[in-house]
Amino acid sequence: MKQVYSVPKSLRPVSTHYCPGCTHGIIHKLVAETIDELGVRDRAIGVASVGCSVFSYDYFDCDFQQAAHGRAPAVATGIRRTVPDAVVFTYQGDGDLASIGTAEIVHAAMRSENITVVFVNNAIYGMTGGQMAPTTMVGQRTTTSPEGRIKGLAGEPIRVSEMLATIPGATYVARVSTTSPAHIAKAKRAIKKAFEVQLAGGGFSLVECLSTCPTNWGMSPVEAMEWVDKNMIPYYPLGEFRTPEGGQTNG
Amino acid sequence: MKKVVVNEAKCKGCGVCVNFCPKSALAMADRINSKGYHPAELANEAACISCGICGRVCPDAVIEVFKP
Amino acid sequence: MAGRKLFKGNEAVAEAAVRAGCRYFFGYPITPQNEIPEYMSRRLPEVGGAFVQAESEVAAINMVYGAAGTGARVMTSSSSPGISLKQEGISYIAGADLPCLIVNMVRGGPGLGGIAPAQSDYFQATRGGGHGDYHLIVYAPASVQEMVDLTLGAYDVAERYRMPVMILGDGVLGQMMEPVSFPDQMAPDRPAPEWATRGARDGRTPRLINSIYLKPEELYKHNLDMAERFEKASANEVRYEEVLADDAELLLVAYGTTSRVCRAAIEKLRERGIKAGLFRPITVSPFPYDALSKRAKSAKAVLTVEMSMGQLVDDVKIAVAGAAPVHFFGTTGGVIPKASDIAEYAAGIVGEEVR
Ligand SMILES: Cc1ncc(C[n+]2csc(CCOP(=O)(O)OP(=O)(O)O)c2C)c(N)n1
Ligand code: SF4
Ligand code: SF4
Ligand code: SF4
Repeated sequence: MKQVYSVPKSLRPVSTHYCPGCTHGIIHKLVAETIDELGVRDRAIGVASVGCSVFSYDYFDCDFQQAAHGRAPAVATGIRRTVPDAVVFTYQGDGDLASIGTAEIVHAAMRSENITVVFVNNAIYGMTGGQMAPTTMVGQRTTTSPEGRIKGLAGEPIRVSEMLATIPGATYVARVSTTSPAHIAKAKRAIKKAFEVQLAGGGFSLVECLSTCPTNWGMSPVEAMEWVDKNMIPYYPLGEFRTPEGGQTNG
Repeated sequence: MKKVVVNEAKCKGCGVCVNFCPKSALAMADRINSKGYHPAELANEAACISCGICGRVCPDAVIEVFKP
Repeated sequence: MAGRKLFKGNEAVAEAAVRAGCRYFFGYPITPQNEIPEYMSRRLPEVGGAFVQAESEVAAINMVYGAAGTGARVMTSSSSPGISLKQEGISYIAGADLPCLIVNMVRGGPGLGGIAPAQSDYFQATRGGGHGDYHLIVYAPASVQEMVDLTLGAYDVAERYRMPVMILGDGVLGQMMEPVSFPDQMAPDRPAPEWATRGARDGRTPRLINSIYLKPEELYKHNLDMAERFEKASANEVRYEEVLADDAELLLVAYGTTSRVCRAAIEKLRERGIKAGLFRPITVSPFPYDALSKRAKSAKAVLTVEMSMGQLVDDVKIAVAGAAPVHFFGTTGGVIPKASDIAEYAAGIVGEEVR
């Protein structure tokens, strides 16, 4: 029998601490597959952030550093400047990247640090128990927006990819989803492209992955995926916002 | 060997694979694994077309897919 | 050592770091230490290194974390408000057992304070500064040459104990010009340490730079290990200087810039027939408690002089432990004490206690 799908080698054969059906796991697999396919496991250095993915270093079978909340792009910069042939990537949640770490991500993009950022947008603070994130949808209930996010009080969610795409140094910026086989296939292509940009010395690349948090959203894993499709994708359009070739594909 | 090999001990019973199987070949088993979840299983091997979707969508790297 | 050259303190500490093997600098401008990043931005590219002007001190110290985690010799510098911002990263660096060099050219505070020299970051430097159970090794040089010499050895010390080393200067030390000599040779290249994350090459097991220990027993163990290393540093690395201390009835205790003024003050006191001496901690963390404790036993009174409302004086009291009365003379806000004022105050103590 021919193997049609195998588990990526760069992922350790351990059970993760993620909740059942949490799409963090899918994104991990896509990153690990990319590392496998590009053959860079032995020079990959990951930077874990603070959030549910804090232990991602236990799952990827490569060197890792664990960064303070929001600071992964700065830590990655330090690594980037000292190990020229390393493949450096961060793995960050939306509280980490789009709230406490906004300065670090913007300036890493401005410097066009030759790093790849895997950005997991699940519209909530997962690890701390479901508080409002800067990416939380208007009307979405969280433990700190019990009546739903109120536009007049908390503003409207930040579109990170669109914002970063305005920065000249952001070479590759894409938004993908993890909520269907077709979306996952596209997500994989984007993540691989982002790493390829880095390997070619192209500068800053980021893939925003729309992701679920079934636990804090109070939904089943499949309902959560449908919720992303119905509520998040219309506000957070999928596509490439910046490419090395200068093109844009939305939708 | 089955077309779909489920590493049962790792399965968290989330049902994502079952949901996306285009041939409804998967189902949640009645038994409970060591984690306390009902694992996914290939209930109808004849229906399976070895498309690999269940492997790709599984968040926990539980499934490997083979083609005869 | 080659001949002596006139160097500004800030540039001297930068050059000394380069000679010690520093190849990476991450910083953010702030007075009175701007000559350090400026110097590094010219100098590091010459030696195959890199300089990054970060978006903030928070980012700069986290870049230091990343670079230190790859085993590189790396440095950042700032002044008080910037060092406050760096505390998050310093705590993580300490927690991850990473060596690095941090320079603080202290200015007056709190808040934005002023840009004149101060010693008001003593607590912050010696008591951790950031959160958690950790210590830094903190040197308090009193001259440009001493700052150079301490910096030359700083990485070896930081790597031996796997903890950050801080040079605690101030605006005076950073800005003053003094003749200094540097070693002719650069520190030799060294292999990357066995914990460095530079990619799991040649089949080696992946490594992790980390400060998370969620299990209390594991964090306990880690903190004990850190404490043991600091204890070793306390046994091996403590430095201090004594001036006319052998027969001193009045022992002044001061560090850095203030100790220079105290030298002049004890001369004045000696001229007046008062047996004054100086005890100058060079490492303020670990503090020379034993040496000061011993010295204080032969003194009739101790006078702490510092540019703060009383921070060093706490360590002095711990060391003296009641063996002699501990007095305090402080200036604050960026005002440097005058030797004559110190001598006057000291003479007053002598009137009460020594005679
Ligand atoms: C300085 C600091 N502030 C707050 C926290 C607490 N904290 C841990 S994770 C987290 C939010 C993480 O949310 P996100 O980045 O969206 O990741 P997710 O858990 O959703 O994957 C917060 C606020 C922290 N660890 N450090
Ligand atoms: S809390 Fe949410 S984001 Fe975190 S692992 Fe669980 S489902 Fe995933
Ligand atoms: S391989 Fe395809 S058809 Fe077969 S069980 Fe998996 S998803 Fe269903
Ligand atoms: S997707 Fe994976 S974890 Fe979820 S039920 Fe299927 S096999 Fe189990």
